[in-house]
Amino acid sequence: MSAYDISLLSVVGINVILAVSLNLISGFCGQISLGHGAFYGAGAYAAALTAIATHNLVLALVAGAIVGSLLGIIVGFASLRVRSDFLAVTTIGVNFLFTGFVRKQSWLGGEMGISGIPASGLGATGNMVLIIACALVTIALSLYINRSWMGFTFRAVSEDEDAATTLAVNVASYKLAAFGIGTALAGLAGGLYTYFTQFITADAFDFVVSVMLLAMVVIGGIGSTWGVAVAAVVLTLLPEAIRFLNDYRLLVFGGLLVLMIRVAPGGMAGLFKQLVWRSAKP
Amino acid sequence: MYYVDLAVTGLIFGCMYAMMAVGLTLVYGMLRILHIAHAAVFALGAYVTVLVANMTGSIALGFLAAIIAAPIFGIAIYRLLYQPLLIYRPDVPMIASVGLLVLMQDAFRIVFGEQGVTFRSNPFALRVYDIAGVSVNAVQIAIVVAAVLVFVGLHIFTTRTRIGVAWRATVSKPQIAASFGVDAIKVRYLNFALSSGLAAIAGGLVAMLDGFVDPRTGYVVSYKALAIIVLGGLGSVRGTLVASLVLGVVESYGTIFIGSWLNRDAIAFLALIVLLMVRPQGFTGAKAG
Repeated sequence: MSAYDISLLSVVGINVILAVSLNLISGFCGQISLGHGAFYGAGAYAAALTAIATHNLVLALVAGAIVGSLLGIIVGFASLRVRSDFLAVTTIGVNFLFTGFVRKQSWLGGEMGISGIPASGLGATGNMVLIIACALVTIALSLYINRSWMGFTFRAVSEDEDAATTLAVNVASYKLAAFGIGTALAGLAGGLYTYFTQFITADAFDFVVSVMLLAMVVIGGIGSTWGVAVAAVVLTLLPEAIRFLNDYRLLVFGGLLVLMIRVAPGGMAGLFKQLVWRSAKP
Repeated sequence: MYYVDLAVTGLIFGCMYAMMAVGLTLVYGMLRILHIAHAAVFALGAYVTVLVANMTGSIALGFLAAIIAAPIFGIAIYRLLYQPLLIYRPDVPMIASVGLLVLMQDAFRIVFGEQGVTFRSNPFALRVYDIAGVSVNAVQIAIVVAAVLVFVGLHIFTTRTRIGVAWRATVSKPQIAASFGVDAIKVRYLNFALSSGLAAIAGGLVAMLDGFVDPRTGYVVSYKALAIIVLGGLGSVRGTLVASLVLGVVESYGTIFIGSWLNRDAIAFLALIVLLMVRPQGFTGAKAG
Protein backbone atom coordinates (compact mmCIF):
# COMPACT_ATOMS: atom_id res chain seq x y z
CA MET A 1 0.00 0.00 0.00
CA SER A 2 1.38 3.38 -0.93
CA ALA A 3 1.44 6.31 1.50
CA TYR A 4 -1.21 7.95 -0.67
CA ASP A 5 -3.59 4.99 -0.34
CA ILE A 6 -3.08 4.92 3.41
CA SER A 7 -3.88 8.60 3.86
CA LEU A 8 -6.85 8.34 1.49
CA LEU A 9 -8.32 5.41 3.43
CA SER A 10 -7.77 7.31 6.68
CA VAL A 11 -9.75 10.28 5.36
CA VAL A 12 -12.49 7.93 4.14
CA GLY A 13 -12.69 6.35 7.60
CA ILE A 14 -12.92 9.72 9.35
CA ASN A 15 -15.65 10.90 6.98
CA VAL A 16 -17.62 7.69 7.51
CA ILE A 17 -17.54 8.25 11.29
CA LEU A 18 -18.63 11.88 10.83
CA ALA A 19 -21.43 11.16 8.36
CA VAL A 20 -22.81 8.17 10.27
CA SER A 21 -22.73 10.11 13.54
CA LEU A 22 -24.50 13.08 11.92
CA ASN A 23 -27.09 10.63 10.60
CA LEU A 24 -27.74 9.55 14.18
CA ILE A 25 -28.74 13.11 15.06
CA SER A 26 -30.33 14.29 11.82
CA GLY A 27 -31.49 11.01 10.31
CA PHE A 28 -32.68 8.89 13.24
CA CYS A 29 -33.78 11.67 15.56
CA GLY A 30 -34.74 14.23 12.88
CA GLN A 31 -32.77 17.12 14.38
CA ILE A 32 -31.14 18.76 11.35
CA SER A 33 -27.67 19.97 12.27
CA LEU A 34 -25.50 22.14 10.02
CA GLY A 35 -22.83 22.53 12.68
CA HIS A 36 -21.28 19.06 12.85
CA GLY A 37 -17.93 20.61 11.94
CA ALA A 38 -17.89 22.44 15.28
CA PHE A 39 -18.10 19.21 17.31
CA TYR A 40 -15.53 17.57 15.07
CA GLY A 41 -13.28 20.59 15.64
CA ALA A 42 -13.87 20.72 19.39
CA GLY A 43 -12.83 17.08 19.60
CA ALA A 44 -9.76 17.69 17.46
CA TYR A 45 -8.58 20.66 19.54
CA ALA A 46 -9.24 18.84 22.84
CA ALA A 47 -7.32 15.80 21.59
CA ALA A 48 -4.46 17.96 20.36
CA LEU A 49 -4.05 19.74 23.70
CA THR A 50 -4.31 16.46 25.63
CA ALA A 51 -1.84 14.77 23.30
CA ILE A 52 0.72 17.53 23.77
CA ALA A 53 0.25 17.50 27.54
CA THR A 54 0.21 13.74 28.17
CA HIS A 55 1.54 11.96 25.03
CA ASN A 56 -1.16 9.38 25.62
CA LEU A 57 -3.20 8.21 22.61
CA VAL A 58 -6.15 6.73 24.49
CA LEU A 59 -6.44 9.69 26.84
CA ALA A 60 -6.39 12.15 23.92
CA LEU A 61 -9.08 10.27 21.97
CA VAL A 62 -11.27 10.01 25.06
CA ALA A 63 -10.78 13.74 25.75
CA GLY A 64 -11.82 14.49 22.16
CA ALA A 65 -14.98 12.41 22.46
CA ILE A 66 -15.89 13.93 25.84
CA VAL A 67 -15.39 17.56 24.76
CA GLY A 68 -17.28 16.95 21.50
CA SER A 69 -20.11 15.37 23.47
CA LEU A 70 -20.23 18.16 26.07
CA LEU A 71 -20.53 20.82 23.38
CA GLY A 72 -23.09 18.60 21.64
CA ILE A 73 -25.25 18.30 24.73
CA ILE A 74 -25.14 22.09 25.21
CA VAL A 75 -26.31 22.53 21.62
CA GLY A 76 -28.81 19.73 22.24
CA PHE A 77 -30.49 21.97 24.78
CA ALA A 78 -31.04 24.41 21.91
CA SER A 79 -33.01 21.70 20.12
CA LEU A 80 -35.44 21.75 23.04
CA ARG A 81 -36.12 25.45 22.42
CA VAL A 82 -36.26 25.68 18.64
CA ARG A 83 -37.31 23.17 16.00
CA SER A 84 -36.72 22.29 12.38
CA ASP A 85 -35.24 25.07 10.25
CA PHE A 86 -34.50 27.29 13.24
CA LEU A 87 -32.52 24.54 14.88
CA ALA A 88 -30.54 24.28 11.65
CA VAL A 89 -29.89 28.03 11.75
CA THR A 90 -28.78 27.79 15.38
CA THR A 91 -26.29 25.05 14.50
CA ILE A 92 -24.95 27.16 11.61
CA GLY A 93 -24.41 29.87 14.22
CA VAL A 94 -22.61 27.41 16.51
CA ASN A 95 -20.25 26.50 13.70
CA PHE A 96 -19.39 30.13 12.89
CA LEU A 97 -19.07 30.90 16.59
CA PHE A 98 -16.68 27.97 17.06
CA THR A 99 -14.34 28.92 14.22
CA GLY A 100 -14.61 32.65 15.07
CA PHE A 101 -13.69 31.87 18.68
CA VAL A 102 -10.81 29.50 17.90
CA ARG A 103 -9.23 31.92 15.42
CA LYS A 104 -8.89 34.54 18.16
CA GLN A 105 -7.50 32.32 20.94
CA SER A 106 -3.74 32.35 21.37
CA TRP A 107 -3.84 29.22 23.56
CA LEU A 108 -5.49 27.38 20.64
CA GLY A 109 -2.91 28.67 18.20
CA GLY A 110 -5.19 31.34 16.69
CA GLU A 111 -5.06 31.58 12.90
CA MET A 112 -1.89 29.48 12.82
CA GLY A 113 -3.48 26.42 14.43
CA ILE A 114 -1.70 23.83 16.55
CA SER A 115 1.34 22.08 15.13
CA GLY A 116 3.87 19.68 16.59
CA ILE A 117 1.25 17.23 17.87
CA PRO A 118 3.08 14.07 19.02
CA ALA A 119 2.70 10.97 16.85
CA SER A 120 0.37 8.21 17.98
CA GLY A 121 3.26 5.71 17.92
CA LEU A 122 1.31 3.36 15.65
CA GLY A 123 2.77 4.56 12.36
CA ALA A 124 0.70 5.60 9.34
CA THR A 125 -0.61 2.07 8.73
CA GLY A 126 -1.46 1.60 12.40
CA ASN A 127 -3.33 4.90 12.40
CA MET A 128 -5.29 3.83 9.35
CA VAL A 129 -6.22 0.50 10.94
CA LEU A 130 -7.34 2.32 14.09
CA ILE A 131 -9.44 4.78 12.08
CA ILE A 132 -11.11 2.05 10.03
CA ALA A 133 -11.76 0.00 13.15
CA CYS A 134 -13.43 3.04 14.73
CA ALA A 135 -15.48 3.58 11.56
CA LEU A 136 -16.69 -0.03 11.63
CA VAL A 137 -17.56 0.23 15.32
CA THR A 138 -19.49 3.45 14.57
CA ILE A 139 -21.46 1.71 11.82
CA ALA A 140 -22.17 -1.26 14.10
CA LEU A 141 -23.28 1.06 16.91
CA SER A 142 -25.53 2.94 14.51
CA LEU A 143 -27.12 -0.30 13.26
CA TYR A 144 -27.58 -1.49 16.83
CA ILE A 145 -29.17 1.78 17.95
CA ASN A 146 -31.51 1.71 14.98
CA ARG A 147 -32.84 -1.71 16.03
CA SER A 148 -33.00 -0.89 19.72
CA TRP A 149 -35.77 0.72 21.73
CA MET A 150 -33.79 3.96 21.55
CA GLY A 151 -33.80 3.92 17.76
CA PHE A 152 -37.53 3.30 17.80
CA THR A 153 -38.02 6.32 20.05
CA PHE A 154 -35.71 8.45 17.92
CA ARG A 155 -37.93 7.70 14.93
CA ALA A 156 -41.02 8.61 16.92
CA VAL A 157 -39.46 11.95 17.88
CA SER A 158 -38.42 12.51 14.28
CA GLU A 159 -41.85 11.73 12.85
CA ASP A 160 -44.01 13.67 15.30
CA GLU A 161 -42.73 15.16 18.52
CA ASP A 162 -46.14 15.95 19.93
CA ALA A 163 -47.47 12.45 19.30
CA ALA A 164 -44.34 11.00 20.91
CA THR A 165 -44.94 13.18 23.97
CA THR A 166 -48.51 11.92 24.30
CA LEU A 167 -47.17 8.36 24.22
CA ALA A 168 -45.15 9.25 27.34
CA VAL A 169 -41.85 9.45 25.47
CA ASN A 170 -39.47 11.83 27.21
CA VAL A 171 -38.67 13.75 24.05
CA ALA A 172 -36.13 16.07 25.68
CA SER A 173 -33.90 13.32 27.05
CA TYR A 174 -33.93 11.37 23.77
CA LYS A 175 -32.97 14.48 21.79
CA LEU A 176 -30.13 15.13 24.23
CA ALA A 177 -29.09 11.47 23.95
CA ALA A 178 -28.98 11.73 20.14
CA PHE A 179 -26.86 14.87 20.31
CA GLY A 180 -24.65 13.43 23.06
CA ILE A 181 -23.89 10.17 21.23
CA GLY A 182 -23.60 11.70 17.76
CA THR A 183 -21.26 14.48 18.83
CA ALA A 184 -19.14 12.16 20.99
CA LEU A 185 -18.44 10.17 17.80
CA ALA A 186 -17.70 13.44 15.94
CA GLY A 187 -15.27 14.36 18.73
CA LEU A 188 -13.63 10.95 18.40
CA ALA A 189 -13.29 11.55 14.65
CA GLY A 190 -11.66 14.88 15.53
CA GLY A 191 -9.16 13.10 17.78
CA LEU A 192 -8.33 10.60 15.04
CA TYR A 193 -7.90 13.47 12.57
CA THR A 194 -5.51 15.18 14.99
CA TYR A 195 -3.25 12.11 15.07
CA PHE A 196 -3.62 11.63 11.33
CA THR A 197 -2.39 15.13 10.35
CA GLN A 198 -0.50 16.15 13.52
CA PHE A 199 -1.44 19.72 12.60
CA ILE A 200 -4.83 21.40 12.91
CA THR A 201 -6.29 24.82 12.05
CA ALA A 202 -9.80 26.22 12.37
CA ASP A 203 -10.23 26.05 8.58
CA ALA A 204 -10.50 22.25 8.71
CA PHE A 205 -13.73 22.53 10.74
CA ASP A 206 -15.56 25.44 9.15
CA PHE A 207 -19.13 25.61 7.94
CA VAL A 208 -18.30 24.15 4.52
CA VAL A 209 -17.31 20.88 6.23
CA SER A 210 -20.69 20.77 7.94
CA VAL A 211 -22.47 21.31 4.61
CA MET A 212 -20.44 18.51 2.99
CA LEU A 213 -21.31 16.15 5.85
CA LEU A 214 -25.01 16.94 5.62
CA ALA A 215 -24.75 16.48 1.85
CA MET A 216 -23.33 12.98 2.44
CA VAL A 217 -26.22 12.17 4.76
CA VAL A 218 -28.90 13.50 2.41
CA ILE A 219 -27.36 11.96 -0.71
CA GLY A 220 -26.87 8.59 0.99
CA GLY A 221 -30.42 8.59 2.26
CA ILE A 222 -31.29 10.30 5.50
CA GLY A 223 -31.83 7.73 8.24
CA SER A 224 -30.15 4.82 6.45
CA THR A 225 -26.86 3.80 8.09
CA TRP A 226 -25.57 1.84 5.09
CA GLY A 227 -26.70 4.47 2.59
CA VAL A 228 -24.89 7.21 4.50
CA ALA A 229 -21.74 5.12 5.02
CA VAL A 230 -21.58 4.26 1.31
CA ALA A 231 -22.21 7.91 0.35
CA ALA A 232 -19.40 9.02 2.65
CA VAL A 233 -16.98 6.55 1.02
CA VAL A 234 -18.05 7.36 -2.55
CA LEU A 235 -18.17 11.15 -2.10
CA THR A 236 -14.71 11.12 -0.50
CA LEU A 237 -13.17 8.92 -3.19
CA LEU A 238 -14.95 10.47 -6.17
CA PRO A 239 -13.04 13.79 -6.24
CA GLU A 240 -9.79 11.82 -5.80
CA ALA A 241 -10.55 9.34 -8.55
CA ILE A 242 -11.67 11.95 -11.05
CA ARG A 243 -8.90 14.51 -10.73
CA PHE A 244 -10.57 17.48 -12.35
CA LEU A 245 -13.50 17.13 -9.97
CA ASN A 246 -11.23 17.97 -7.05
CA ASP A 247 -11.27 21.66 -7.96
CA TYR A 248 -15.03 21.60 -8.32
CA ARG A 249 -15.67 19.72 -5.08
CA LEU A 250 -18.18 22.21 -3.68
CA LEU A 251 -19.94 22.58 -7.00
CA VAL A 252 -20.44 18.82 -7.11
CA PHE A 253 -21.54 18.55 -3.49
CA GLY A 254 -23.94 21.49 -3.75
CA GLY A 255 -25.29 20.27 -7.07
CA LEU A 256 -25.85 16.72 -5.86
CA LEU A 257 -27.48 18.01 -2.68
CA VAL A 258 -29.96 20.19 -4.58
CA LEU A 259 -30.63 17.50 -7.17
CA MET A 260 -31.15 14.79 -4.56
CA ILE A 261 -33.59 16.84 -2.47
CA ARG A 262 -35.47 17.89 -5.58
CA VAL A 263 -35.65 14.50 -7.31
CA ALA A 264 -35.34 11.89 -4.56
CA PRO A 265 -35.61 13.18 -1.00
CA GLY A 266 -35.05 9.59 0.20
CA GLY A 267 -31.50 9.64 -1.17
CA MET A 268 -29.66 6.71 -2.71
CA ALA A 269 -31.04 4.35 -0.06
CA GLY A 270 -34.57 5.40 -0.99
CA LEU A 271 -33.92 4.87 -4.69
CA PHE A 272 -32.36 1.49 -3.98
CA LYS A 273 -35.35 0.40 -1.91
CA GLN A 274 -37.75 1.50 -4.65
CA LEU A 275 -35.75 -0.48 -7.19
CA VAL A 276 -35.76 -3.64 -5.06
CA TRP A 277 -39.43 -3.24 -4.29
CA ARG A 278 -40.30 -2.82 -7.96
CA SER A 279 -38.28 -5.78 -9.14
CA ALA A 280 -39.75 -7.94 -6.37
CA LYS A 281 -43.23 -7.37 -7.77
CA PRO A 282 -44.21 -9.78 -10.55
CA MET B 1 -14.92 61.56 17.62
CA TYR B 2 -13.72 57.99 17.46
CA TYR B 3 -16.97 56.68 18.88
CA VAL B 4 -19.00 58.78 16.44
CA ASP B 5 -16.97 57.31 13.60
CA LEU B 6 -17.77 53.83 14.84
CA ALA B 7 -21.47 54.63 15.07
CA VAL B 8 -21.51 56.02 11.51
CA THR B 9 -19.69 52.98 10.13
CA GLY B 10 -22.09 50.78 12.03
CA LEU B 11 -25.14 52.54 10.63
CA ILE B 12 -23.79 52.29 7.08
CA PHE B 13 -23.21 48.55 7.53
CA GLY B 14 -26.67 48.37 9.06
CA CYS B 15 -28.25 49.96 5.98
CA MET B 16 -26.45 47.43 3.80
CA TYR B 17 -27.66 44.53 5.96
CA ALA B 18 -31.17 45.95 5.87
CA MET B 19 -31.36 45.93 2.07
CA MET B 20 -30.01 42.40 2.02
CA ALA B 21 -32.25 41.12 4.81
CA VAL B 22 -35.53 42.69 3.73
CA GLY B 23 -35.73 40.22 0.85
CA LEU B 24 -35.36 37.32 3.26
CA THR B 25 -38.07 38.82 5.43
CA LEU B 26 -40.44 39.11 2.47
CA VAL B 27 -39.83 35.52 1.41
CA TYR B 28 -40.12 34.19 4.94
CA GLY B 29 -43.27 36.20 5.59
CA MET B 30 -45.01 34.68 2.59
CA LEU B 31 -43.68 31.14 2.28
CA ARG B 32 -42.04 30.36 5.63
CA ILE B 33 -38.81 29.40 3.84
CA LEU B 34 -35.41 30.47 5.10
CA HIS B 35 -34.11 31.61 1.72
CA ILE B 36 -30.37 31.24 2.32
CA ALA B 37 -29.65 31.22 -1.41
CA HIS B 38 -30.68 34.88 -1.34
CA ALA B 39 -26.96 35.53 -0.87
CA ALA B 40 -26.35 33.97 -4.29
CA VAL B 41 -28.83 36.46 -5.77
CA PHE B 42 -26.95 39.21 -3.96
CA ALA B 43 -23.62 37.97 -5.36
CA LEU B 44 -25.14 37.67 -8.85
CA GLY B 45 -26.25 41.30 -8.61
CA ALA B 46 -22.75 42.34 -7.59
CA TYR B 47 -21.09 40.40 -10.44
CA VAL B 48 -23.52 41.66 -13.08
CA THR B 49 -23.06 45.25 -11.91
CA VAL B 50 -19.27 45.08 -12.13
CA LEU B 51 -19.15 43.15 -15.40
CA VAL B 52 -21.63 45.36 -17.24
CA ALA B 53 -20.08 48.52 -15.81
CA ASN B 54 -16.67 47.40 -17.06
CA MET B 55 -18.09 46.51 -20.45
CA THR B 56 -20.07 49.68 -21.06
CA GLY B 57 -18.17 52.12 -18.87
CA SER B 58 -21.34 53.15 -17.10
CA ILE B 59 -22.06 52.07 -13.54
CA ALA B 60 -25.73 53.06 -13.98
CA LEU B 61 -26.09 50.53 -16.81
CA GLY B 62 -24.44 47.96 -14.56
CA PHE B 63 -27.10 48.50 -11.91
CA LEU B 64 -29.85 48.38 -14.52
CA ALA B 65 -28.60 45.03 -15.82
CA ALA B 66 -28.37 43.67 -12.26
CA ILE B 67 -31.91 44.79 -11.47
CA ILE B 68 -33.13 42.92 -14.56
CA ALA B 69 -31.05 39.76 -14.11
CA ALA B 70 -31.53 39.17 -10.38
CA PRO B 71 -35.36 38.96 -10.35
CA ILE B 72 -35.28 36.43 -13.19
CA PHE B 73 -32.88 34.31 -11.17
CA GLY B 74 -34.94 34.77 -8.01
CA ILE B 75 -38.16 33.68 -9.71
CA ALA B 76 -36.37 30.68 -11.23
CA ILE B 77 -35.21 29.63 -7.74
CA TYR B 78 -38.78 29.76 -6.49
CA ARG B 79 -40.32 28.01 -9.46
CA LEU B 80 -37.74 25.26 -9.91
CA LEU B 81 -36.55 24.65 -6.36
CA TYR B 82 -38.88 25.86 -3.64
CA GLN B 83 -42.33 25.36 -5.09
CA PRO B 84 -42.04 21.56 -5.39
CA LEU B 85 -40.55 21.37 -1.89
CA LEU B 86 -43.28 23.30 -0.09
CA ILE B 87 -45.04 20.04 0.81
CA TYR B 88 -42.13 18.93 3.07
CA ARG B 89 -40.96 20.08 6.50
CA PRO B 90 -39.48 23.60 6.44
CA ASP B 91 -35.93 22.32 6.91
CA VAL B 92 -36.06 20.49 3.56
CA PRO B 93 -36.27 23.62 1.33
CA MET B 94 -33.75 25.23 3.68
CA ILE B 95 -31.16 22.48 3.10
CA ALA B 96 -31.81 22.74 -0.64
CA SER B 97 -31.22 26.47 -0.32
CA VAL B 98 -27.88 25.93 1.43
CA GLY B 99 -26.92 23.48 -1.32
CA LEU B 100 -27.81 26.02 -4.00
CA LEU B 101 -25.78 28.73 -2.30
CA VAL B 102 -22.70 26.50 -2.03
CA LEU B 103 -23.16 25.49 -5.68
CA MET B 104 -23.54 29.06 -6.92
CA GLN B 105 -20.62 30.33 -4.90
CA ASP B 106 -18.35 27.69 -6.36
CA ALA B 107 -19.75 28.38 -9.83
CA PHE B 108 -18.87 32.08 -9.46
CA ARG B 109 -15.38 31.08 -8.34
CA ILE B 110 -14.91 28.77 -11.30
CA VAL B 111 -16.26 31.22 -13.89
CA PHE B 112 -14.75 34.47 -12.62
CA GLY B 113 -11.73 33.14 -10.74
CA GLU B 114 -10.49 33.21 -7.17
CA GLN B 115 -9.60 36.90 -7.45
CA GLY B 116 -13.05 37.90 -8.68
CA VAL B 117 -13.63 40.96 -10.85
CA THR B 118 -12.46 44.52 -10.13
CA PHE B 119 -14.12 47.73 -11.25
CA ARG B 120 -12.14 49.31 -14.06
CA SER B 121 -13.15 52.74 -12.89
CA ASN B 122 -14.98 53.38 -9.65
CA PRO B 123 -14.74 57.14 -9.00
CA PHE B 124 -17.46 57.27 -6.34
CA ALA B 125 -15.55 55.27 -3.74
CA LEU B 126 -12.73 57.84 -3.85
CA ARG B 127 -14.97 60.87 -3.56
CA VAL B 128 -14.78 61.60 0.16
CA TYR B 129 -17.00 64.09 1.96
CA ASP B 130 -16.59 65.55 5.41
CA ILE B 131 -19.88 65.62 7.31
CA ALA B 132 -19.60 67.16 10.79
CA GLY B 133 -16.08 65.87 11.21
CA VAL B 134 -16.80 62.33 10.00
CA SER B 135 -15.42 61.44 6.58
CA VAL B 136 -17.66 59.30 4.41
CA ASN B 137 -17.37 58.46 0.72
CA ALA B 138 -20.03 58.80 -1.95
CA VAL B 139 -20.83 55.07 -1.99
CA GLN B 140 -21.48 55.03 1.73
CA ILE B 141 -23.88 57.95 1.32
CA ALA B 142 -25.53 56.12 -1.57
CA ILE B 143 -26.04 53.04 0.61
CA VAL B 144 -27.83 55.07 3.26
CA VAL B 145 -29.94 56.95 0.68
CA ALA B 146 -30.84 53.71 -1.12
CA ALA B 147 -31.88 52.05 2.14
CA VAL B 148 -34.10 54.99 3.06
CA LEU B 149 -35.68 55.01 -0.41
CA VAL B 150 -36.24 51.25 -0.34
CA PHE B 151 -37.96 51.24 3.02
CA VAL B 152 -40.08 54.33 2.36
CA GLY B 153 -40.96 52.96 -1.08
CA LEU B 154 -41.87 49.58 0.37
CA HIS B 155 -44.08 51.21 2.96
CA ILE B 156 -45.92 53.28 0.33
CA PHE B 157 -46.20 50.27 -1.97
CA THR B 158 -47.76 48.00 0.64
CA THR B 159 -50.17 50.59 2.05
CA ARG B 160 -51.17 52.75 -0.91
CA THR B 161 -51.30 50.53 -4.02
CA ARG B 162 -53.79 47.80 -4.95
CA ILE B 163 -51.05 45.28 -5.64
CA GLY B 164 -49.43 46.10 -2.34
CA VAL B 165 -52.66 45.53 -0.44
CA ALA B 166 -53.25 42.24 -2.29
CA TRP B 167 -49.77 41.24 -1.32
CA ARG B 168 -50.27 41.96 2.36
CA ALA B 169 -53.56 40.09 2.24
CA THR B 170 -51.81 37.05 0.77
CA VAL B 171 -49.14 37.19 3.47
CA SER B 172 -51.61 37.22 6.33
CA LYS B 173 -54.50 35.06 5.02
CA PRO B 174 -53.71 33.32 1.71
CA GLN B 175 -57.03 31.46 1.36
CA ILE B 176 -59.20 34.49 2.06
CA ALA B 177 -57.09 36.65 -0.26
CA ALA B 178 -57.54 34.02 -2.97
CA SER B 179 -61.29 34.02 -2.47
CA PHE B 180 -61.24 37.77 -3.11
CA GLY B 181 -59.63 37.13 -6.47
CA VAL B 182 -55.97 37.62 -5.61
CA ASP B 183 -53.75 35.38 -7.73
CA ALA B 184 -51.45 33.91 -5.07
CA ILE B 185 -48.97 32.54 -7.62
CA LYS B 186 -48.47 35.95 -9.21
CA VAL B 187 -48.03 37.53 -5.79
CA ARG B 188 -45.33 34.98 -4.98
CA TYR B 189 -43.51 35.74 -8.22
CA LEU B 190 -43.77 39.43 -7.43
CA ASN B 191 -42.41 38.73 -3.97
CA PHE B 192 -39.33 36.94 -5.31
CA ALA B 193 -38.82 39.51 -8.07
CA LEU B 194 -38.92 42.40 -5.62
CA SER B 195 -36.69 40.84 -2.97
CA SER B 196 -34.17 39.73 -5.61
CA GLY B 197 -34.13 43.21 -7.14
CA LEU B 198 -33.38 44.72 -3.74
CA ALA B 199 -30.61 42.17 -3.15
CA ALA B 200 -29.13 43.10 -6.54
CA ILE B 201 -29.03 46.79 -5.61
CA ALA B 202 -27.39 45.93 -2.29
CA GLY B 203 -24.91 43.68 -4.11
CA GLY B 204 -24.00 46.39 -6.61
CA LEU B 205 -23.48 48.94 -3.85
CA VAL B 206 -21.29 46.60 -1.82
CA ALA B 207 -19.23 45.87 -4.93
CA MET B 208 -18.77 49.62 -5.40
CA LEU B 209 -17.80 50.04 -1.77
CA ASP B 210 -15.16 47.30 -1.96
CA GLY B 211 -14.17 48.12 -5.54
CA PHE B 212 -14.43 44.44 -6.51
CA VAL B 213 -16.48 41.23 -6.21
CA ASP B 214 -14.94 37.92 -5.31
CA PRO B 215 -16.31 34.49 -4.39
CA ARG B 216 -16.53 35.51 -0.74
CA THR B 217 -18.91 38.40 -1.50
CA GLY B 218 -22.15 37.79 0.30
CA TYR B 219 -20.99 34.57 1.93
CA VAL B 220 -21.06 35.64 5.55
CA VAL B 221 -23.66 38.35 4.99
CA SER B 222 -26.03 35.58 3.95
CA TYR B 223 -25.95 33.87 7.32
CA LYS B 224 -25.85 37.18 9.13
CA ALA B 225 -29.05 38.18 7.35
CA LEU B 226 -30.66 35.13 8.96
CA ALA B 227 -29.65 36.48 12.35
CA ILE B 228 -31.21 39.80 11.41
CA ILE B 229 -34.59 38.47 10.33
CA VAL B 230 -34.87 36.45 13.52
CA LEU B 231 -33.85 39.45 15.62
CA GLY B 232 -36.35 41.56 13.70
CA GLY B 233 -39.19 39.18 14.47
CA LEU B 234 -39.64 37.09 11.33
CA GLY B 235 -41.69 38.62 8.57
CA SER B 236 -41.73 42.12 9.99
CA VAL B 237 -40.19 44.66 7.58
CA ARG B 238 -39.92 47.36 10.21
CA GLY B 239 -38.32 44.93 12.67
CA THR B 240 -35.79 43.96 10.00
CA LEU B 241 -34.75 47.57 9.54
CA VAL B 242 -34.31 48.14 13.27
CA ALA B 243 -32.46 44.84 13.78
CA SER B 244 -30.10 45.59 10.86
CA LEU B 245 -29.16 48.99 12.23
CA VAL B 246 -28.74 47.65 15.76
CA LEU B 247 -26.58 44.77 14.56
CA GLY B 248 -24.46 47.11 12.44
CA VAL B 249 -23.74 49.35 15.41
CA VAL B 250 -23.28 46.49 17.90
CA GLU B 251 -20.77 44.81 15.57
CA SER B 252 -18.97 48.08 15.09
CA TYR B 253 -18.50 48.60 18.83
CA GLY B 254 -18.21 44.88 19.49
CA THR B 255 -15.08 44.56 17.36
CA ILE B 256 -13.49 47.16 19.66
CA PHE B 257 -14.59 45.75 23.01
CA ILE B 258 -14.74 41.99 22.48
CA GLY B 259 -12.81 41.78 19.20
CA SER B 260 -9.85 40.22 20.98
CA TRP B 261 -11.68 36.97 21.60
CA LEU B 262 -14.38 36.83 18.89
CA ASN B 263 -14.33 38.01 15.29
CA ARG B 264 -16.92 40.28 13.70
CA ASP B 265 -19.03 37.50 12.22
CA ALA B 266 -19.08 35.43 15.39
CA ILE B 267 -20.56 38.40 17.28
CA ALA B 268 -23.62 38.40 15.01
CA PHE B 269 -24.13 34.68 15.54
CA LEU B 270 -23.68 35.01 19.28
CA ALA B 271 -26.49 37.59 19.24
CA LEU B 272 -28.60 35.26 17.09
CA ILE B 273 -28.15 32.22 19.31
CA VAL B 274 -28.75 34.13 22.53
CA LEU B 275 -31.92 35.65 21.11
CA LEU B 276 -33.22 32.34 19.78
CA MET B 277 -32.67 30.72 23.15
CA VAL B 278 -34.15 33.52 25.24
CA ARG B 279 -37.05 34.47 22.98
CA PRO B 280 -37.62 31.86 20.24
CA GLN B 281 -40.69 33.83 19.20
CA GLY B 282 -38.57 36.90 18.29
CA PHE B 283 -39.12 40.41 19.56
CA THR B 284 -42.54 40.88 18.04
CA GLY B 285 -44.03 37.52 18.90
CA ALA B 286 -44.02 35.66 15.57
CA LYS B 287 -43.33 32.02 16.38
CA ALA B 288 -39.99 30.58 15.24
CA GLY B 289 -40.03 26.85 14.68
